[in-house]
Amino acid sequence: MIRFSKKHQKRAILIIALLLALSSAVGLTLYALNQNINLFFTPSDLVHQKAPMGQTIRMGGLVVEGSVKRGAHDLSVSFILTDTKNQVTVDYTGILPDLFRENQGIVVLGTWQNNRFLAQEVLAKHDENYMPAEVIEAIKRSDHYENKP
Amino acid sequence: MIPELGHFALILAFCFAVMQTVAGGKSALLAAQSYTNAIDTTSSKAAVLFCLAQFIFLLISFISLEYAFITNDFSVVYVSAQSHSDLPLMYRISGLWGGHEGSLLLWVLMLSGWGAMVALRRKALPRSTHATLIAILGLLSLGFLAFILFTSNPFARLLPIIPIEGQDLNPLLQDPALIIHPPLLYMGYVGFSVAFACAVTALITGRFDRAYARWMRPWTLMAWLFLTLGIVIGSWWAYYVLGWGGWWFWDPVENASFMPWLLGCALIHTLAVVEKRNAFKRWAILLAMTTFFLCLLGTFLVRSGILTSVHAFANDPERGLYILIFLAVVMGAALVLYLWRAPQIKHTVGFDYLSRENFLLINNVLLTLACATVFLGTLYPLFLEIFTQNKISVGPPYFSSVFVPLMIFLFIFMGAAPQSEFKTTPARSFILPLSISAVSALVLAGIVGFFLPFGVMITVALGTWIIFTLLENLLIHYKSLTASNYGMVIAHLGAAVLLLGVGLSKQMEIETDVSMQVGDHVLVGPYTFTLTGLNPGFGPNYTTIIGDIQITRKDKLVTVLHPEKRTYTANNIAQSQTAIAPGLLRDLYVALGEPLGKNRWSVRVYYKPFVRWIWLGGLLIAAGALCAFFDKRYRIKSRVQYV
Repeated sequence: MIRFSKKHQKRAILIIALLLALSSAVGLTLYALNQNINLFFTPSDLVHQKAPMGQTIRMGGLVVEGSVKRGAHDLSVSFILTDTKNQVTVDYTGILPDLFRENQGIVVLGTWQNNRFLAQEVLAKHDENYMPAEVIEAIKRSDHYENKP
Repeated sequence: MIPELGHFALILAFCFAVMQTVAGGKSALLAAQSYTNAIDTTSSKAAVLFCLAQFIFLLISFISLEYAFITNDFSVVYVSAQSHSDLPLMYRISGLWGGHEGSLLLWVLMLSGWGAMVALRRKALPRSTHATLIAILGLLSLGFLAFILFTSNPFARLLPIIPIEGQDLNPLLQDPALIIHPPLLYMGYVGFSVAFACAVTALITGRFDRAYARWMRPWTLMAWLFLTLGIVIGSWWAYYVLGWGGWWFWDPVENASFMPWLLGCALIHTLAVVEKRNAFKRWAILLAMTTFFLCLLGTFLVRSGILTSVHAFANDPERGLYILIFLAVVMGAALVLYLWRAPQIKHTVGFDYLSRENFLLINNVLLTLACATVFLGTLYPLFLEIFTQNKISVGPPYFSSVFVPLMIFLFIFMGAAPQSEFKTTPARSFILPLSISAVSALVLAGIVGFFLPFGVMITVALGTWIIFTLLENLLIHYKSLTASNYGMVIAHLGAAVLLLGVGLSKQMEIETDVSMQVGDHVLVGPYTFTLTGLNPGFGPNYTTIIGDIQITRKDKLVTVLHPEKRTYTANNIAQSQTAIAPGLLRDLYVALGEPLGKNRWSVRVYYKPFVRWIWLGGLLIAAGALCAFFDKRYRIKSRVQYV
């Protein structure tokens, strides 16, 4: 049987402990990452049923003028997002960001259910003329789709 | 005329950076060839002079741009984009670093400032080492100066049609905290260039001894101190300006500053081992290089606008490409150098399981892992988009679920580590004091656990565990403590306070968004918030609606808060001004949302216990770093003998 010196034993144990810690950390990290990835979809994707139902996703588009409707006594609000080809109604309860405006590009995070988008979060950018890159992309991508009433 | 002067000074600074690099390099080469220390003082002195000249001309350039801002010279494109004649003087001055070009000028000014400091502290190092350092710093300056001159000239004029008025500074940036947040952050980022240059120099000269590590430590501490302050103030700003009560969003740009902070923290701890035990040397070099790499990466992420983020003010792919190439060259060259030269730097020292080396090793593993998880979460969406065209985002739950367990481990070990000794620790002097602390912390947490949720109990247990062990450490060693030791105690105490702040505020806070009209009230925790009035008003460059919110507790008036909703006239941007009743044990936080019609407004009404402890902890960490910085042993004036 091979006998290792004490120094080598120590080193081996250290390395094994490190590897164990590292691999479990990597495993847990990848698991957590997998659970928290939010894919991006366009209104046209949703209308054409390309997006998974009930899963947390993100969607971006322009707020249609005159589509913002508020509840009478609570903070519920609904508005329509468009990528110029198709439209999706978004329901949200809460306070909209300062830069939320009609005709402004915004991104919403939430779930797609029964042909409505239930938003948990509404994100608008800090700059009045800055369009979120996702929204520009969404409008470009909508060219692949035809209008669907 | 003045802007042209500034541009000219910038070009001169570039020339001096070239000469600094050449002179420093020549001096280092000659010293390496002749194996003596006495020769060629001319070029090494010249390198120092060029370095100082570079700083002075950059200062002139900076002042010129500042002059253009103060005098509202809108013929300069950058000034017209970032300023407005209605802006208060304070914001016209800070408008300089509100955008890309000015930020970069400030960045490179600071880089040369750090360089000048290194150049002036010439006596403490062997001459060849010092010359190499200066050459490396010159090379870094060169890269950034070229970047400014060729892609982002802040002095470009808008001729012949001079705008009468500027486009105004983004209202979110019109805030006292944002005057100092970017400079502090840049000081931190840039400060790590010294650690980087030290690491590269050690590889080139093949020498990394304890004296060198001692020389390197205060620089690293200072850079990390600035980075800490920058992050703390940024987080505080987000808390009261962004208006939704958050203080950390795991936004890519925040992560960009957090990653070098984590590695910088690991580096500070590793350098302690290098200095005391002459071990972990190659790891320290790798850490120093990676930390600075992450600083550069941070600039790249922020300045290229490649990540869509709430911070993406500047968007220009060409600049992004330049920084990316610069990044690749700097890091590629450093890594090749490392692979080639690192085997020369040897260390063989043994230590026991129960030794401070081992604890610091654990610290490094945990901090590096933490940094790696942030890196993964920040850059994974980017890589995925480049390779698959899929757009994804990684939600904050990812970061919290990965970070919390890592930090729990970190805090457990943080309590035990100061009680350990280098090389080996006698079990008796280790186990007894720690058991006392552990038992007291658990008892205290148990009592808390009767009244409050489980998570709060864990937080209290961890926080008090660290505080108790620190107190014991002070009691046992109070006779022999140096400034460094006190620094450690203060910084670790800060970490415990930070942990308590994060843990308690996250788990005990109450956030309610309500729709209110004048006369309505809402109950939040033990407090009643009543909206008593809504009045219009105006400021120098905005109009506003001011709310009056009365807060009572058990029918006694606590305070009246006045949140505002401003609309900036120059660009018609709306912005909430939050109103906060601060306290050591709780914050009451109110922000106006938006008009809902029929005199109703949406209002955010938050109760946040212990939230102030987050920034208090951060400040304590910085204070600890400052205390350690002033340790006597870093103030050695004499030249270290050439070995």
